Amino acid sequence: MSAAPRGRRGVLPGFGLSTGFTVLYLCLVVLVPLSTLALRSSALSWADAWRVVASPRALAAYRLSFGASLAAASANVVFGVLVAWVLARYRFPGRALVDAVVDLPFALPTAVSGIALTAVYARTGWIGRFLEPLGVRAAFTPLGVTIALTFIGLPFVIRTVQPVLQDLDPALEEAAAVLGAGRWETFRRVLLPAIIPAALTGFALAFARALGEYGSVVFISGNMPLRTEIAPLLIMTRLEQFDYAGAAAIAVVLLGASFAMLVAVNRLEAWTRARTGLA
Amino acid sequence: MSRLSRATEALALDGPTEPLLARAKREPARPTPGATTGGARPGSRPRRPDEDPPAVRWALVGFALLFLAAFVVLPASVVLVEALRGGVALWWKALVDADALSAVKLTLLVAAISVPLNALFGLAAAWSITRFRYRGKHVLLSLIDLPFGVSPVISGMITVLLFGAQGWLGPWLVAHGYKVVFAVPGIVVATVFVTFPFVARELIPFMQTQGAEEEEAALVLGASGWQILTRVTLPNVKWSLLYGVILCNARAMGEFGAVSVVSGHIRGVTNTISLHVEILYNEYAFQAAFAVASLLFLVAIATLGAKQALEWRQRAALRAAAQRNVL
Repeated sequence: MSAAPRGRRGVLPGFGLSTGFTVLYLCLVVLVPLSTLALRSSALSWADAWRVVASPRALAAYRLSFGASLAAASANVVFGVLVAWVLARYRFPGRALVDAVVDLPFALPTAVSGIALTAVYARTGWIGRFLEPLGVRAAFTPLGVTIALTFIGLPFVIRTVQPVLQDLDPALEEAAAVLGAGRWETFRRVLLPAIIPAALTGFALAFARALGEYGSVVFISGNMPLRTEIAPLLIMTRLEQFDYAGAAAIAVVLLGASFAMLVAVNRLEAWTRARTGLA
Repeated sequence: MSRLSRATEALALDGPTEPLLARAKREPARPTPGATTGGARPGSRPRRPDEDPPAVRWALVGFALLFLAAFVVLPASVVLVEALRGGVALWWKALVDADALSAVKLTLLVAAISVPLNALFGLAAAWSITRFRYRGKHVLLSLIDLPFGVSPVISGMITVLLFGAQGWLGPWLVAHGYKVVFAVPGIVVATVFVTFPFVARELIPFMQTQGAEEEEAALVLGASGWQILTRVTLPNVKWSLLYGVILCNARAMGEFGAVSVVSGHIRGVTNTISLHVEILYNEYAFQAAFAVASLLFLVAIATLGAKQALEWRQRAALRAAAQRNVL
């Protein structure tokens, strides 16, 4: 890729030093610690592991974590594509500021987002007080968990869809118009197929992040076992009881799901690149 | 060039942060339809085929702004409002509280250790990956991203599994009188893990696009490895490096889940700002909790500001480079 180095590896010095340090640091900081997880959970027998992983409390926690993450990532696709569309295609006063605001959920530490969301959606909060008369209670319910997960995942979809919309060749839309397509038909048959892969990538990233999210959720969820307890919190509870093997078993389930999501993202991107011919 | 930039952009996009280069590039790519005719009244000219009717345009813009205001800006601003609810004096009192001050000190210490370590790693990884060809590079690249896919709670937990009293190194550490878990070193280790990919993620696509010509020229002119690094590479990548450091620092200062597992929540000793916020909040000291949280809020705003400034800078540099190429 870069300036065709003549040697087998390249001509610049420092290959051994930089690669050695990279691999060593990677092993020490990431790989060795992660491998303890696999080993610790394998200390349990299959039967014991199953009892931990499939206990009613754990099942309720997965159901909430997966359900709320799925709902949040779907909401992110709808709102994210809309915001990305507006930011990429329209000019309006304050656009640069709005573009910066989109990153706020990433920049805000999760504990701060957590207490702020709880304050806003509590029964007396700025939004909660308008939901209360409608019979909708957000704080300390699964709805609150979903809202928090939507908040922290919002930038993913926007930031994956926005560049795609910006780089789209206007000639495609012009061709569609010349061929007699209406605006809606152009959107559905020309723009949407371009947006979908990016939106799916954003969806998977938001979903993976939501599965593991802790800080922004624990304040708004209320943490009632079997009702509003998310899977990462269950791990926390097990750790506090010094049940390390049990915590590790649940962690493996959670980690497996998020890694599967991220592998799916990579596959999706490779497929999109192959299909659209952009390498 | 365009093939390469596509590749780096795709590379950049599968992580939570979008690198500076990718963002800076997509801005001047082409003028958005309608940009040149912004002031024109509807009906005063035929609409371009890729332009939406004004009613649709304004409805979508209005809805997006309303949504962002209610969903993102409102929760963010509630931090400041709640923090200053009792007046500036009360806000200040919560900040100069001895426990709050020690939390601030610990947070700064943790960031001061973990950010330089990961910046050094980022530089080494980017040098190795973008300047040499060898097998297994792609595996290395995906392994660097690994911590992004790990839940913060699990990140903290593996530190406990490794260094805790029942962990691998625990018995040895106890025998030699070291305390890692439920102490400051554990907090540092967990933070290093969580912030591991940030700088590397930023530098690799950037150095990939830049290519190795300048470094190779320096080599031909007789520069040593150290001279190449300090006189060619570092000046070239400094803004990209700074961008990565800023993102890394923001995460290091704000990390909550991972740190929460390893800290043991000892007031005044192992509490970072985030953890202190949690303790105050759980004690129903809401005003104090929001006051301390407002510090982290300001860090976040400063981060976004610095990010924006660096992106503008980068965009201007790209535009200047494009002009030079035309001339």
